[in-house]
Amino acid sequence: MKKNTKSFFQGGLGQLTIPLIAIALLVLFNLIRDPGFFEIGITHNNDGNIVLAGNLISIINGASELAILAMGMTLVTAACGGQDISVGAAAAIAGSTFVKILKSAPEINGGIVVLAFLCACIVAMLFGAFNGTLVAVFKIQPMIATLILYTCGRSIAYWINGGATPTISSPIISALGSFIPGIPVPTPVLIVVCVTILFKLLFHFTSLEIFTQSVGINQSAARLNGINATFIKLLSFIILGVCVAIAGSIGVSRLGLINHETLLIDVEMDTILAVAIGGNSLGGGKFKISGSIIGAYVIQMLTTTLYAMKVSSTDVKAYKAIVIVLLVVIGSPVIKAKFGKLMEKVRGRMQESAAKGA
Amino acid sequence: MEKTKKIYNKFQSILLSVSQWIGSLTDTQLLMTITIFIFFAMYLVAMATLGGGFLHAQQVFDMLNDNASLIIVSCGLTIVMIGGGIDISVGAVTSLVVMSCVLYLNNGGSLVGSILLALGIGLAFGLVHGFLISYLEIQPFIVTLAGMFFARGMTTILSVNPQKAAHEGLAKLRDTKIVIPWLGYVAKNGNLVPARVEIGVVVALLCLIVVFILLRYLRLGRNFYAMGGNQQSALMLGINVKRTRFLSYLISGLLSGISGYVFMMHTGAGNATNAAGMEMNAIASSIIGGTLLTGGVGNVAGTFFGTMTLTTIKKIVVASGLNDPWWQSITTGGMLCFFILLQSVVLGKRAKKKAL
Repeated sequence: MKKNTKSFFQGGLGQLTIPLIAIALLVLFNLIRDPGFFEIGITHNNDGNIVLAGNLISIINGASELAILAMGMTLVTAACGGQDISVGAAAAIAGSTFVKILKSAPEINGGIVVLAFLCACIVAMLFGAFNGTLVAVFKIQPMIATLILYTCGRSIAYWINGGATPTISSPIISALGSFIPGIPVPTPVLIVVCVTILFKLLFHFTSLEIFTQSVGINQSAARLNGINATFIKLLSFIILGVCVAIAGSIGVSRLGLINHETLLIDVEMDTILAVAIGGNSLGGGKFKISGSIIGAYVIQMLTTTLYAMKVSSTDVKAYKAIVIVLLVVIGSPVIKAKFGKLMEKVRGRMQESAAKGA
Repeated sequence: MEKTKKIYNKFQSILLSVSQWIGSLTDTQLLMTITIFIFFAMYLVAMATLGGGFLHAQQVFDMLNDNASLIIVSCGLTIVMIGGGIDISVGAVTSLVVMSCVLYLNNGGSLVGSILLALGIGLAFGLVHGFLISYLEIQPFIVTLAGMFFARGMTTILSVNPQKAAHEGLAKLRDTKIVIPWLGYVAKNGNLVPARVEIGVVVALLCLIVVFILLRYLRLGRNFYAMGGNQQSALMLGINVKRTRFLSYLISGLLSGISGYVFMMHTGAGNATNAAGMEMNAIASSIIGGTLLTGGVGNVAGTFFGTMTLTTIKKIVVASGLNDPWWQSITTGGMLCFFILLQSVVLGKRAKKKAL
């Protein structure tokens, strides 16, 4: 037991060190700035339900879409060594499909919502398969291949919407976007938990995780070992498609309307950032989904902190950039190596002095 | 009978020489040739079917006037991409330069000072990006993404509201147009409309020529290709890879600064949404022009034609009456898809041939 803890502290948390340090620093900063920042209150919302409220809840709630997308993006990054920059646009398309189906139904009930979500899933999976085919079969770099959908995705959503921003109002949709009556936790958070469990189960019962890693580390070696690299890459994009559909549907349900320009705007950049902050290499290979999830919450906590400091929503980006650069500089290989050397030197001196003392 | 055979033989020999010529081209040249060919074909079709504006030389000059800053930015991006990196901050830096120069001029700055400011901002971004990417070995996407966030955020911190430049010198600079003789046309009311280009276009073409010479004839330019093609071999050839990579981002930053100034000369106003999406347009231009994101392959002349092809598609969509707002980007996306697939197929075929 003692040995375990010792090796734990010596080896650190591996790739999770940076995101966890970031979270700890942010929490500390917020506690110093305003001790009541993380207070969780219990209030009644407009429908008379008992719900949890507070900054912590809004952070966890607000990062839901980002966390879901980051999980899918981690797989794509690991398998293909590149990122999908079209997730925001694809989410807009999925959201449009979701609303289109709901709008065409005479009345909105549970079955229709499920049907609409399934349709959104299929559409997003098709677009994911399109991206995946370009990447896996035609061997185009992911960023270039997804640039196509990035360019025209939001316009396609606009086209599906018929040049308008349709609204939907239904108790089911608002329950999906905010609170289910009787449950004080926001629904998007519950959905994130479900998706995480699904990913865990997927990795537990299939060999997807190890296959993805081996394709990302060395594709030809993986192929020689009987792994269908093309299929794994395609599959990662299709799984990302499902994540995109979930995120898009949550985004639509939150607002009760679909705006092709503003739905999950700039989310692709935040998603890639979440993956990188989580300690995953953007060049593919080994990955940890948990890192990406923590990365997503780091980003959202940073944003919320900045909002709480009365920074206007357009200016947030500049401060975010500074923190990001600081984080990646700390995590950069050169700095890590230098720090490691420094630590060794210090340890060596300490041992010397200890030897002298003895 | 003999005559047809003769013609057939001649035709065959022409085909053979063409195929030999294609075979002798490097990947860069081949991709560029395809783009130039498609650009001219597209433009000729537009001239034949749509007529109107496409028949006047001014159409081309308008395209240049509107896209001078995009061309400059794409040049810088091409260098970075040939070196195997990526710089997605260029559009945001352009926007920041426009806003800060406009504010500087409105608060009593001089023209020379504003030019220095523009170059300074560009260089500063290039310096930081280059240092972080090449000396601290951080992934270029993340660094330039942070740069993009920072530049966009700084732009809105400077001013959320659009700022109009009220500087006489700048107004003069903006309204100075170079008349190109012989290429004007006679309008319907009988007046001669001369063909005109803005100063920005001259700057853009100058940048294009400088970058072309740099990439083609100077040692630094060849080093970019070597580094992008295979970093390990470049290192073994004695190329200072770190410094070369640093310089590629520095040049890209400098060109973004110049592009910002040109943008300001074109619009004369600073706005937080200026140059929105320019980075992706620049990447698209480079790709259509035959630059590969993997590095080592690319040409700045191709990039120029890439930009023109992108613009021509948009003009054709507008001219052919597809007025719904979504058609422009959907056709652009389709065209991009076509070019990317074409490149993939062509390069794949060549690679197979070489292997045989």
